[in-house]
Amino acid sequence: MREPIIGLRKLRNNTFITIVTTLAVISALPLIFIIFYVLKQGISAINWQFFVALPKPVGEVGGGIANALVGTILIVLVASLMAIPFGLMAGVYLAEHPDNKLSNATRLCVEVLNGTPSIVVGVFAYLVIVMSMGSFSGFSGSFALAVMMLPLVVRTTEETLKLIPDTLKEAALSLGAPYYRVIFKVVIPSGLSGIVNGIMLAIARVTGETAPLLFTAFGNDFMNLNIFRPMGNLPLVIFNYAMSPYKDWHRIAWGASLVLVGMVLLMNLLSRWVIKKWKVRF
Amino acid sequence: MNKNTEKTDISIGSNHPDPAYDGSLNREQPGGEAGKQLSIDNSSQKPSVRLKEATYPVFRERLFNVMVTLSAITVLMVILLLFLMLVIHSLPSLKAYGFSFIIDNVWNPITSKFGALPFLVGTLLTSFVALFISIPFSLAISVFLGEYARESRWGEVLRNMIELLAGVPSVIYGFWGLMIMIPLVRDLALALNEPPYGVSILAASLILAVMIVPYSASISREVISLVPDNLKEAAFALGATRYEVVRYVIIPQSFSGIFAGVLLSFGRALGETMAVTMVIGNTNTIPTGLFSTGNTMASVIANEFTEATTNLHLSSLVEIGLLLFVVTLIINYAGRYIIKKFSISV
Repeated sequence: MREPIIGLRKLRNNTFITIVTTLAVISALPLIFIIFYVLKQGISAINWQFFVALPKPVGEVGGGIANALVGTILIVLVASLMAIPFGLMAGVYLAEHPDNKLSNATRLCVEVLNGTPSIVVGVFAYLVIVMSMGSFSGFSGSFALAVMMLPLVVRTTEETLKLIPDTLKEAALSLGAPYYRVIFKVVIPSGLSGIVNGIMLAIARVTGETAPLLFTAFGNDFMNLNIFRPMGNLPLVIFNYAMSPYKDWHRIAWGASLVLVGMVLLMNLLSRWVIKKWKVRF
Repeated sequence: MNKNTEKTDISIGSNHPDPAYDGSLNREQPGGEAGKQLSIDNSSQKPSVRLKEATYPVFRERLFNVMVTLSAITVLMVILLLFLMLVIHSLPSLKAYGFSFIIDNVWNPITSKFGALPFLVGTLLTSFVALFISIPFSLAISVFLGEYARESRWGEVLRNMIELLAGVPSVIYGFWGLMIMIPLVRDLALALNEPPYGVSILAASLILAVMIVPYSASISREVISLVPDNLKEAAFALGATRYEVVRYVIIPQSFSGIFAGVLLSFGRALGETMAVTMVIGNTNTIPTGLFSTGNTMASVIANEFTEATTNLHLSSLVEIGLLLFVVTLIINYAGRYIIKKFSISV
């Protein structure tokens, strides 16, 4: 009587392990599929011309994504310039004031902002910047991306700085260093790897964002370095060309996908390396 | 606002025995700004200048405090402004339709009739189906990574892969879905004698499911690995198999955390735009089944926002954005609340 029950339990145990392992492995497969497919389709589209040429009309062979590449880099750069200083300082504030009214409210806002759908942030940027300036612009795209970066930078800064032991701060203060200097010369440098990691993840995340750019940066088929005019960018090129019925454009979209995925995943991996290399340890 | 630091700065700035001392760590370093100021000051021995030097860091300190506080306020302001702008610009549509906006099923920009029901249904349908598909997978990953392969190298590899999956831009998912998944869904629809558009609610749900697995998996994994070892050991000592430990100890212990993870990934699914827009078919009618086309709240904004010519059309789209914002806010807040409550009890 006892034997078959134990046998059943063992069987159930082994079945469960098999199912769990299989499902876990299956859910990692999409990453392999996507990367493999993007690589396969993208490699054939990429050559030197692809990086330096402007897009060509349908029917003409060739054409590249130079304008979109430059646009993406500019938009993300301006977004970082807007988001990082504010994010860093707000993170310092939250780390230094664990529990007062303003810091609790700010913390709540950071969480809300982090969960806000990117399309809503795009609508917000449209209402604030595009409507008041009267035209689509790369700058409004940067603004939208900056709003999306802000919560990530604030949170990682706060979390990293909280790990810095008080004794370190107290040692610096007891030597007579003013408070702001303690923050800049002791606290931030000790947590630098965590902060850099957070900033890189934030940049990686917004580089691939498409929805907030749809009606802010809008896209532009010509080279444009003026941040206050509509600007081409990689995600929008992929979206527009992928939705078109033309094979040539699909090819360019695959090439652009490869470049974008490469950029984003590289930044992800690099940030992992940064955190491993210079771990904040106390 | 910040009594602690105020006190420190006063004691350093004005009560220091040597008024020339600016409290700098960098006194000996010639590179530091304060160090330079000091050396110039020392050579010119004027008491009035010295006094100025002493108040200098106090000023900087105040400036620093003000800037840091202002930054925190900026974050607060951004979210308030966002909410305010959405409300202001959806006023025309709120006035024109009121509550009937969310129960009316006709969305026709040409006749200026705007009812958002088709998009509400589309959003809920895609998100729920996606959730339904993703739950077994995310649960399996979190049990696998949180319990079975906690310290193994393969577990580490799998964890990194899942995390990278969260980093792939959504437009890439959309493009991949458009090229790979749509033909498969079309074949499936043909085999089942359903309308073979390919672009459909089902395709959108499948893509969404792939996209949200990493979110719920990362939270559930963390919660599962937090289950105290002595509880598990007690169960093992009673002769439980590993399956029984998972089933009767780990899952009940971490249930609320797992639930919160599912809730948060649901919030993600609701707001996801690009991948859905590319595979859902974009028709403004209530979907009749898994294989019919449709539109979600996010995808209708993405499609029509730049084309909205009338004020009422734009305002209706902004109101959909406002709805989306409020719904995701509530769901996210509920998820965070559950996590917080849970983490206190552990």
